[in-house]
Amino acid sequence: MTPDTPHAPAQASVLKNLDAVRAMIKRHKLNDYIFSLIGLLALMLALMTLMTLFIDLIMDGYQRFNLQFFSDFPSRRAEHAGLLSAWVGSALVMLVTFIVAVPMGVAAGLYLEEYAPKNWFSDLIEINVTNLAGVPSIVYGLLALGLFVYILDLGQSILTAGLTLGLLILPIVIVSTRESIRAIPTAIREAGYAVGATKWQVVHDHVLKYSYGGILTGVIIGMARALGESAPIITIGALTFIAFLPPSPITDVAPFINFEWLSSGFTVLPIQMFNWLSRPDQAFHINAAATGAIIIVVTLLMNGTAIYLRYKIRKNIKW
Amino acid sequence: MNNATTPIKAESRNLNFFYNGGMHALKNVNMPLYENKITALIGPSGCGKSTFLRCFNRMHDLYPGNKYQGEIVMHPDNTNILEHGVDPIEVRMRISMVFQKPNPFPKSIYENVAYGLRVRGESNKRMLDDKVEEALKGAAIWNEVKDRLQDLAFNLSGGQQQRLCIARALATDPEIMLFDEPTSALDPIATANIEELMSELKEKLTILVVTHNMQQAARVSDYTAYMYLGELMEYADTNTIFTRPSRKETEDYITGKFG
Repeated sequence: MTPDTPHAPAQASVLKNLDAVRAMIKRHKLNDYIFSLIGLLALMLALMTLMTLFIDLIMDGYQRFNLQFFSDFPSRRAEHAGLLSAWVGSALVMLVTFIVAVPMGVAAGLYLEEYAPKNWFSDLIEINVTNLAGVPSIVYGLLALGLFVYILDLGQSILTAGLTLGLLILPIVIVSTRESIRAIPTAIREAGYAVGATKWQVVHDHVLKYSYGGILTGVIIGMARALGESAPIITIGALTFIAFLPPSPITDVAPFINFEWLSSGFTVLPIQMFNWLSRPDQAFHINAAATGAIIIVVTLLMNGTAIYLRYKIRKNIKW
Repeated sequence: MNNATTPIKAESRNLNFFYNGGMHALKNVNMPLYENKITALIGPSGCGKSTFLRCFNRMHDLYPGNKYQGEIVMHPDNTNILEHGVDPIEVRMRISMVFQKPNPFPKSIYENVAYGLRVRGESNKRMLDDKVEEALKGAAIWNEVKDRLQDLAFNLSGGQQQRLCIARALATDPEIMLFDEPTSALDPIATANIEELMSELKEKLTILVVTHNMQQAARVSDYTAYMYLGELMEYADTNTIFTRPSRKETEDYITGKFG
């Protein structure tokens, strides 16, 4: 092509335009870059704070990371004081919480999503359930003190604590149940109904089967939250210094299970930590730091399990 | 085609349908479905074809506020399947449906086909095996899946998934099968397979199919209904509709001047 062909001037103007377009794209991309930088900084800040806290706890408490720490009762001497009654108490309370929150939360979520008529009343319930998830935990503690301890006379027991934490995480379980159910496409439900299934058959054979990964995730995250709660437990009057274990749920004589442990006094990990932290003796602060690190590790493990399970269960379901 | 000798399997009588919110989606539709024939519903989007189809298995009952008026009578028992006393589940046990997009369950190929039988309380393994095989053969997919019945249905191609859905709908021996644009999500080869399959299926049952594809209606159906704005504009045997439509609107739609 020679410079004097009629194409040349046209090309020049196109090139000029192209330069303008490229400059514009560059400007726009700068915004991309700036935003991703801000996002990264915010993320780093959050992660760094958490890491610093965690590392600090480990540095302070590492001397207590041994089996003895888990098998000793609290003691007046810091180096002999252990977590036995606290972790057993936490485990038993969590057991009650699980038994209370899961069937109730899943059933309530299922009912709201699949069965409840859609009207102003169910809307009202929906809004309230969502709001309940944001109610400060100490309010649950007050409710539990009035209802479970005074009115129902359940005492300051494992049962009371389990019920309280169960109520606390109930909204979390309900909301996550509803969200996982809602993720199931209408087409799948209609396919079930179209072959002549009843509502319960569709719910049982499809809705629950395909959503239990998400439900399980919600349950685990709720349980992790319950594990770290101390305010409602303090309100209902958990003991802080316990040198005994609740009666074992499993016995060696028939019928091999007993329920005495439910009415036993107890303490839990965060309260034990709080108790040690409030002592003037610096040596107890080591115990508190170690306990904090342990609670964080268990919580992270639970959340990690939730993520893994969700990934594994959802792997075969594509929609 | 001689209507006098072909028995009617079902017919809509003065059928009106209102969606939740009052939208009058079907207006006085009177239409027969002849036994062992394929009836095609054509018409522009939003004309009420799918709404009409979904009346036949009471799919609208799943959503609150929808209202039927008039009758859909099934023969030979003369049951008005829209009547309040008739359970929609009973209707769906007699009339099965294949959807627009293949919608297999996230289960194995075998369980997808067996589900309709399980819902009916069938749990005998031999019986289920036989029925599943029969349905998969009927849906012309047996040879492709017989060695991997326990594989997930999602691993099949789109066309195979749709034939699996046909097998699922077929396994329960329905009297009528509804097809809601069954090939709109499929490529031409898979489409041809499904069309051929429909022609085979009509030996055993009655078919009502909604389609956006005029050639498809011309190829597979025995009778064609043209719907517009919720009304049945014209109904006749497919040959007549496509060669000598009696209404101008039908001709415009078929020849592509409109819609």
